[in-house]
Amino acid sequence: MPTVPEYDIAVVGGGLLGSAIAYGLARIGQRVAVLDEGDRATRASRGNFALVWVQSKGLGMPEYAGWTIRSSNAYAAFARELTQETGIDVSFERPGGFHLALSEREMEARELQLRRLHNQPGIVDYETKMLGAAEIRRMLPDIGPDVVGGSYCPLDGHVNSQQLLRAFHIALKQQGAHYLPSHKVDAIEMRDGMFALVTPKGEVRAGKIVLAAGNANMHLAPMVGLHAPMRPERGQILVTERVQPFLRHPVVTIRQTNEGSVMIGDSKEEGTRDTDMTMGVNAVMADRAARMFPKLGRLNIVRTWTAIRVMTEDGFPVYEQSTSCPGAFVACCHSGVTLAANHALTLAPMIANGALDQAMLGAFTARRFHVPQTA
Amino acid sequence: MFRRLHDAPQRAVHVTIDGCDALARAGESVAALLLVDGVRATRVSAVSGAPRAPYCMMGVCFECLVTIDGVGNRQGCLVQVADGMRIETQRTRREAGK
Repeated sequence: MPTVPEYDIAVVGGGLLGSAIAYGLARIGQRVAVLDEGDRATRASRGNFALVWVQSKGLGMPEYAGWTIRSSNAYAAFARELTQETGIDVSFERPGGFHLALSEREMEARELQLRRLHNQPGIVDYETKMLGAAEIRRMLPDIGPDVVGGSYCPLDGHVNSQQLLRAFHIALKQQGAHYLPSHKVDAIEMRDGMFALVTPKGEVRAGKIVLAAGNANMHLAPMVGLHAPMRPERGQILVTERVQPFLRHPVVTIRQTNEGSVMIGDSKEEGTRDTDMTMGVNAVMADRAARMFPKLGRLNIVRTWTAIRVMTEDGFPVYEQSTSCPGAFVACCHSGVTLAANHALTLAPMIANGALDQAMLGAFTARRFHVPQTA
Repeated sequence: MFRRLHDAPQRAVHVTIDGCDALARAGESVAALLLVDGVRATRVSAVSGAPRAPYCMMGVCFECLVTIDGVGNRQGCLVQVADGMRIETQRTRREAGK
């Protein structure tokens, strides 16, 4: 007697990426299971900075800029849909965002980076422009005298990513999807034309699977003939006491949340242990933040944390279906917050249909890591 | 609303709350004193302006923020009363740089 698949699709990973995909699948009628680790999981979705960010994305892969802008443009309606369904306000705003320079040298480096980004063939225009200190001051009146200028992109925004993750999980439950915590996947087997996910809590069977387990995709992908080279990167974040809203636009390293806290972040370190905060890095972050906005120098820091970014080897996403095990998909990306709208609205339907649209996602194949670059 | 338990009597500590003299007991937290003193709202939310009061009493929720000896946004539940302490409720929204 043939075994009836328990689920149409099993998503491995219950963070922002897995939840967004699972939500996208459930909302078009797929029977979905989300397999997650427990509370102790290293979870990038709980440590992120919550920007929905466009500027700077896509240097080295212009398709990534287009993919990012697509999500940014879909976000407002998507956030509204989530709020209507769950009652959770995810506080999405797109007031435009800044990258601030604290010296002429930083300003030149920024300008050069944007020029290289814009000069790529096939790049979409995302309206980023360089502004002097006086122009920036009109939009961010509290910048300090050390700010010499910066870049501004009207498409940049931010969201409450903790509420976003919560909204996904509530919506998943409402749509009848099954969330399975403490189901860390140890092995993936093909049986009777179905995938069997082996976990300490038993086996879960599904017709298709999506690997969305962050850096753990590195180990899971080869089980189904896929490739996901990851390069975990540590970031540290400082959080101030809550104050009256004063920062109208997010800056790539500083943003004020809808609850009034100011988050200071964006440190990047490779090859470090995941549990430690380092005073040196924190001091530099705090010092730069206070030079950008002197007001911040008088605020109390109430929390700090460190988290591990999900990062592929070249920093760009990987979306791919296995050729040796059709029906197995892998999704890896750094920007699980920014790309959430795409993952739910664009990627999930493709997975449900059993094929990724190569015109849109072909560039994101992991084959780019195998093929030697031609000169 | 709140009453002290009739434990062993503690030394009296003289403080002020919003400029008025108040009598506390040694070992008591600022948040406990404010509750026992009948203060209903100890601060307003920095974003919405909604009135807030001590809640968790163990340093986690940050609801009990008050100005102590001129320093704003201190966690009242984590600070013990001391003679001469000036405690002020925060009636305006906390601003950065002030």
